[in-house]
Amino acid sequence: MELKKFFLKPNNELESTGVRARSRRITCKKCQNIVPVSKIRKNNFICPECGAYMTVRARRRILMLTDKRSFFELDRDLQSMNVLGFPGYEEKLSQAMEKSREKEGVICGTATIGGYKTCIFAMDANFMMGSMGAVVGEKIARLFEYATGRNLPVIGVTVSGGARMQEGMISLMQMSKVSAAVKRHSDRGNLYIVLLTNPTTGGVDASFAMLGDVTLAEPGARVGFAGPRVIEKTLKTKLPEDFQRAERVLECGFIDAIVPRPEQKKYLEKLLRLHGVHKMRS
Amino acid sequence: MEDYEIVLNARKEDRKVASDYIAALFPDFLEFHGDRLFGDDKAIIAGLGSLGDMPVTVIGVEKGKGTEGRVYRNFGSAHPEGYRKALRLMKQAEKFKRPVLCLVDTAGAFCGIDAEERGQGRAIAECLYEMSTLRTPVISIVIGEGGSGGALALSHSDRIWMLEDAYFSVVSPENCANILWKTIDRAADAAKSLGLTAKKLYELGLIDRILSGKNMSKLKESLVSEYEVLLAQSESDLLEARYRRFRKVGY
Repeated sequence: MELKKFFLKPNNELESTGVRARSRRITCKKCQNIVPVSKIRKNNFICPECGAYMTVRARRRILMLTDKRSFFELDRDLQSMNVLGFPGYEEKLSQAMEKSREKEGVICGTATIGGYKTCIFAMDANFMMGSMGAVVGEKIARLFEYATGRNLPVIGVTVSGGARMQEGMISLMQMSKVSAAVKRHSDRGNLYIVLLTNPTTGGVDASFAMLGDVTLAEPGARVGFAGPRVIEKTLKTKLPEDFQRAERVLECGFIDAIVPRPEQKKYLEKLLRLHGVHKMRS
Repeated sequence: MEDYEIVLNARKEDRKVASDYIAALFPDFLEFHGDRLFGDDKAIIAGLGSLGDMPVTVIGVEKGKGTEGRVYRNFGSAHPEGYRKALRLMKQAEKFKRPVLCLVDTAGAFCGIDAEERGQGRAIAECLYEMSTLRTPVISIVIGEGGSGGALALSHSDRIWMLEDAYFSVVSPENCANILWKTIDRAADAAKSLGLTAKKLYELGLIDRILSGKNMSKLKESLVSEYEVLLAQSESDLLEARYRRFRKVGY
């Protein structure tokens, strides 16, 4: 067993480093073309063949948006417990930890972006589909409180299937907890920028994902409250192709701008500058 | 009662709905309509009435009665304009310094193309966001179904009370069983695991009181005395306590 584990390939091939990684290839889920990992990484995890946006791990996402070596992680050791004794939850958690190589579904900390000091959180789709349990809610609420105390902006990268069922009402009420922390941050005149990525749905959509001063989205990201399958089942109709896609949600009036991946860091820099955010001396 | 029986019971058509409570508690109730942005959502009844001699803004998710009534009320599943109407009247209550009562009874916020495109997520988020600093006392009572985000939107309150035979859940037991075990036949197991009963939620410290029975004059007394307690607090103490109330959930 142990030996077998030793030879297991890392779950997320995009993240493996070193010489071996350079020779590895992955198949684009959309166009089925086989592309070298190194090429994809250089291309901001956009398929060079068809332009499809691939999932980016939270840690990689932060690297892509912040200045080199500026990220300082906060609350990295908070871990979930099975408070309700929900059947199978421990197994789900350990699978998620193995798959994401993170302790929970969100990473929080401080960083600079173009020299501007900011707080940032990024959710991780590889951790139980970015679902929000007590730890995810706690880490984000703590980050907002940290930012409020220091008058720092917060940048949030969301990806989530919603509240984490296995924690019952405790997870649902994280929506209330984080929304209240966002309000306090805002009432002190601080800036909160949301970057919606594919997919941002359910309880996260119905709380802090929709509470930004500026709401940005990645092209094609699914953004909505109810899952498309639930709606199809309720209405017994096929949904339009662009339903809940960022471009359509922008037309409906809920997104400020759609920003392609290669331009996101520059875009954030500009936003921070226009809000008079304090620049660190380098 | 088993947990799943409580869920099924909370959905029964012969249960008292929000309008029954409003009629019994507020004989002088005046209903106000519309969100001033899009329209009037019949799934939410909102207005003004007096509890004893105390004017109170009342917001109830209304399931309706009989087939026609239920259809008219969209079975108690609100669209974004319902939450925006609720929030508009809560802001009004804040302005005129009167407390707010929310009666929660919904299977969930409505799932549909229109609801999505008018911003269901944003509407719920705004309720949570604005209620967190609403400068007037808010009490929410779950009188039947407390279905996920749609119920939570009207529960960002100083006190959350539940009828002993009501439920409040992150997901319906059927959906939960379907997602986890690919069959709705295990809804009863899901209901048990989700910890959605008033008793369990009280033990977890997520709700503040379990109301037994449906004695309206007793309920009226409890509400009056609780509002008096809340009104006696300074605004900043009230808001700080409300912040702490949700801040501690899960930690």
